[in-house]
Amino acid sequence: MTDDLTRLTAAQLSAGLRAGEYSSADVTRAHLDRIEQTDTALGSFITVTPEQALSTATDVDRRRAAGEELHPYAGVPVSVKDVVVTDGVRTTAASKILEDWVPPYDATISSRIKAAGLPVLGKTNMDEFAMGSTTEHSAFGPTRNPWDTTTVPGGSSGGAAASAAAFQAPLAVGTDTGGSVRQPAAFTGTVGVKPTYGSISRYGIIAMASSLDQVGPMGRTVADAAALHQLLAGHDPKDSTSLTDAVPDFLAAVEAGARDGSLTGKRLGVVNQLSGDGYDAGVQAAFTAALDLARDAGAEIVEVDLPSLSYALDAYYLIMPSEVSSNLARYDGMRFGLRVEPESGPVTAETVMAATRAAGFGAEVKRRILLGTYALSAGYYDAYYGSAQKVRTLVQRDFAAAFEKADVLVTPTAPTTALPFGTEDDADPMALYLGDAATIPANLAGIPGMSLPAGLAGGMPVGLQLLAPAREDARLYEVGARLEALVTNANGAPVWAGVPTEYAAPAASTTTSA
Amino acid sequence: MADAAAITAGQVEHLAELARIAMTSDELEKTAEDLGRILSSVARVTEVATDDVPATSHPMPLTNVLREDVVGTPLTAEQALSGAPAAEDGKFLVPQILGED
Repeated sequence: MTDDLTRLTAAQLSAGLRAGEYSSADVTRAHLDRIEQTDTALGSFITVTPEQALSTATDVDRRRAAGEELHPYAGVPVSVKDVVVTDGVRTTAASKILEDWVPPYDATISSRIKAAGLPVLGKTNMDEFAMGSTTEHSAFGPTRNPWDTTTVPGGSSGGAAASAAAFQAPLAVGTDTGGSVRQPAAFTGTVGVKPTYGSISRYGIIAMASSLDQVGPMGRTVADAAALHQLLAGHDPKDSTSLTDAVPDFLAAVEAGARDGSLTGKRLGVVNQLSGDGYDAGVQAAFTAALDLARDAGAEIVEVDLPSLSYALDAYYLIMPSEVSSNLARYDGMRFGLRVEPESGPVTAETVMAATRAAGFGAEVKRRILLGTYALSAGYYDAYYGSAQKVRTLVQRDFAAAFEKADVLVTPTAPTTALPFGTEDDADPMALYLGDAATIPANLAGIPGMSLPAGLAGGMPVGLQLLAPAREDARLYEVGARLEALVTNANGAPVWAGVPTEYAAPAASTTTSA
Repeated sequence: MADAAAITAGQVEHLAELARIAMTSDELEKTAEDLGRILSSVARVTEVATDDVPATSHPMPLTNVLREDVVGTPLTAEQALSGAPAAEDGKFLVPQILGED
């Protein structure tokens, strides 16, 4: 029984809880047990919060028994990336500089999750300050991919993705600045969505690059991601970038997509610059097979060009570190977080700040802060940051033209399946950054994107990315739900159902973080 | 941007001072190499960033946000100080903030 409950989707759990088939305490305990059994091997969580989770669960059970009207997903557990601020629960951003920080307030989405009655199982592992695409850059050690524990789960929301894939949580909250929800979803056979910029409040989300960051819902199915998006979205007066529009009905879009014939006449635009060369043959084959299924189901496959795409990656690696250097200036060792005094010399605010940041930040974070400091410095600002902002305009124009020809764009989410640990160690940083080429443009343009499983290559999941115009997130859910059904039908089972469920204890050597 | 690829350890040392990060000489060397590689690639943005292209700072149009001038509920002093490395008399306790000389 305990085991079965962790295999259910959030939609099934929601229905079962409302029908009284089991209690939220049963469901929550089953997931906490699963975490206890598997997380030594996987490392999905930085902090597990069993007391809070069970307290929420029993409260929901009591209120449901008393006939109170509750949120339809009340009692369905969720994991939350450790970049989301939680009142009274340690929030680290996977950094030593916040190792012991217990926030005195809740992010708006933490409040929304509480108000809806979803038990929070814990805070998930990530690359430090969400900088990285492997979860190797965590001060708390890496997360392992449940499909093959010698490979990375992707990142930066690697813990979130692994928690959903390994049945530790039916729902997971991630964040996506350049692909940090979509790429780990691809690597773990799960569904991850980067909503339109401003769809979900970022009040209380530890900032990385403010013009790019967005919270993203994750789950094993398109419907579950839609349900979590629905719950988290909506205007927040505490976030000046929060959209004031009414939240679209994402679950209705999933239902519309599930109907036969929903793809008829839909134009899926294959991006010429994001296929072929540079993509693993297995990834390309799974992607093409999924497109064939869509074509057979009535979709029209068209080709589109995004000519500025080759510059988008470069623009991203100027804009993102520039904003990082500014946002991370707040970690000064004075008001919260770590404080380290210099080993020698005068102890002043300046030397304490420098010693604190030297000890508290990992190598990738330092690299990005310094790159941003350079790009914003006098004499270089116009050439670097200014030019990058112009490229952003060009990318937006490219998308506007592409969406004249296609309802949604389709690409492989990442050029490879999950890579082994340590692949990054001696590689050229720019070559590594190329892995994000398909996901970054959506962040630059503010448009929504989704990764869902297209199939397997060499036994590992392959992600297919859908992109839609800004504010048209519902299109992702409609087309995504149909594609998911087609892929499931072709394989005889959902991709996520093929994940191994038992994991060997980790070899110590897979830890690459200092 | 012909000099973009050549970042010296000395330049990184200056950046690290600006960014308030103490770094060892090994770190300075390694970072100089990394930044040089990254900058020689990203400098390509200047190729297409011509005068006729406007800059986009933000992906969605932003407008200034105002609210009614009503009293809210901020953190208490105790909450605000709860994560402080050091506090005294309801205030943050910080090291000397002016230089020696």
